Amino acid sequence: MFLKVRMPDGTTHRLEALDGWRVMEVIRDWGLPIKAECGGACACATCHVWVDPKWLSKLPAPSDEELEMLDGAFHVDERSRLCCQIIMSQALDGLEIELAPESLADAPVARLAVGG
Amino acid sequence: MTTGETTDVIIIGAGPVGLFAVFQLGLARLKTHLVDILDKPGGQCAELYPEKPIYDIPGLPVCTGQELTDRLLEQINPFDPVFHLGEMAASLAKTGEGLWRLATDVGTVISAPVLVIAAGGGSFVPKRPPLADIEAYEGASVFYAVRRIEDFRGRHIVIAGGGDSALDWTVNLAPIAGSLTLLHRRAEFRAAPDTVRKMRELEREGLVRFELGQPAGLKGDDGRLQAVVIKRADGSTAELAADTLLPFFGLTMKLGPIANFGLNLHENLIPVDTEKFETSEAGIFAIGDINTYPGKLKLILSGFHEAALMAQAAHRHVHPDKVLRFQYTTSSSELQRLLKVA
Repeated sequence: MFLKVRMPDGTTHRLEALDGWRVMEVIRDWGLPIKAECGGACACATCHVWVDPKWLSKLPAPSDEELEMLDGAFHVDERSRLCCQIIMSQALDGLEIELAPESLADAPVARLAVGG
Repeated sequence: MTTGETTDVIIIGAGPVGLFAVFQLGLARLKTHLVDILDKPGGQCAELYPEKPIYDIPGLPVCTGQELTDRLLEQINPFDPVFHLGEMAASLAKTGEGLWRLATDVGTVISAPVLVIAAGGGSFVPKRPPLADIEAYEGASVFYAVRRIEDFRGRHIVIAGGGDSALDWTVNLAPIAGSLTLLHRRAEFRAAPDTVRKMRELEREGLVRFELGQPAGLKGDDGRLQAVVIKRADGSTAELAADTLLPFFGLTMKLGPIANFGLNLHENLIPVDTEKFETSEAGIFAIGDINTYPGKLKLILSGFHEAALMAQAAHRHVHPDKVLRFQYTTSSSELQRLLKVA
């Protein structure tokens, strides 16, 4: 299964994903520079993404905790999610998201992203 | 510049790894000073997830970030570390005697033969809203903290955010402000219920105006703010006349001045060897999430291991003429005296 992530620089990456992985982990594991400071604990809002509207209805609703943490993000709207709280599944194969600029890591991580 | 205090080891970062370094260095009879930008020890564990469970500390099937911090503080208590909290490690120099001299942003100066960088993801600094030219307004119109309440008397203030800082300062500044608007994207707040109640009271009294929305832009010139442009949930925009903006969106981590310490860096991490966890500078060590080496895993337990090995090397560096005898706390009466249990 795949997900498509648009980075703040405008590039789009098609990333192979694994069932049960958090979207944040997929992005990080492919080496794209996502901040994700707290490591997936829903405690920092630095993995803020905008979900393509056509996918919104397929996502489980955000928890109260996720909504609270989104208070620490910028330009939040109805497409906003913390991608550490989105778990990949067959239903989300092809998911399209855009990384919010504040969730971009300061420096690129080691590996280069490969995508279609 | 003041000459300041001299100690054996300066530790930058009072997170779990910095705290455990005090323990390992203490067993080696080395005195420590800790510097941390947060106003409390615990680092990420205390700041980001004090209530979240951690399951991978050996021997502790589950504990929260705050519990781990509290237990580490208890464990290092016998060694009387000196804490410099709320201070950022700002600059580093080498003295004529070959000591590292660290200065903080509030002027504290500490010198030591060994410096340990246990700074995790870097310094916690306030999140800066991504608004065009916001930097130009900082210091005159845009502030991320309130040092002196009096400085805000009579000002027309917009406070943005919905957490404890936003609500606390709304309640505290409303009585002296010229006007005060609280701007938040939703009507729910992640703050102490009592503070929210006080804010609502002030709103009823007309001392606080509440606006649903998010900051979208700044208007003004020469660093003097005239209005905050806000965007509402329906996409419409509005302008709030204001000369002051206080954004409270929480903290994020930046490497900060450590990047200018003259150390080799690799993508904002500090490369170290895996025998001593020493950096490219003799006498400067890096442990925990901030270092990198082949196979590195960013786990608290990795940082603990690194602290133990670092302490051996730090002892050799501080006391090149002395041999550190390897002992166990279970059986060594000398170590037990240091721990004040014997």
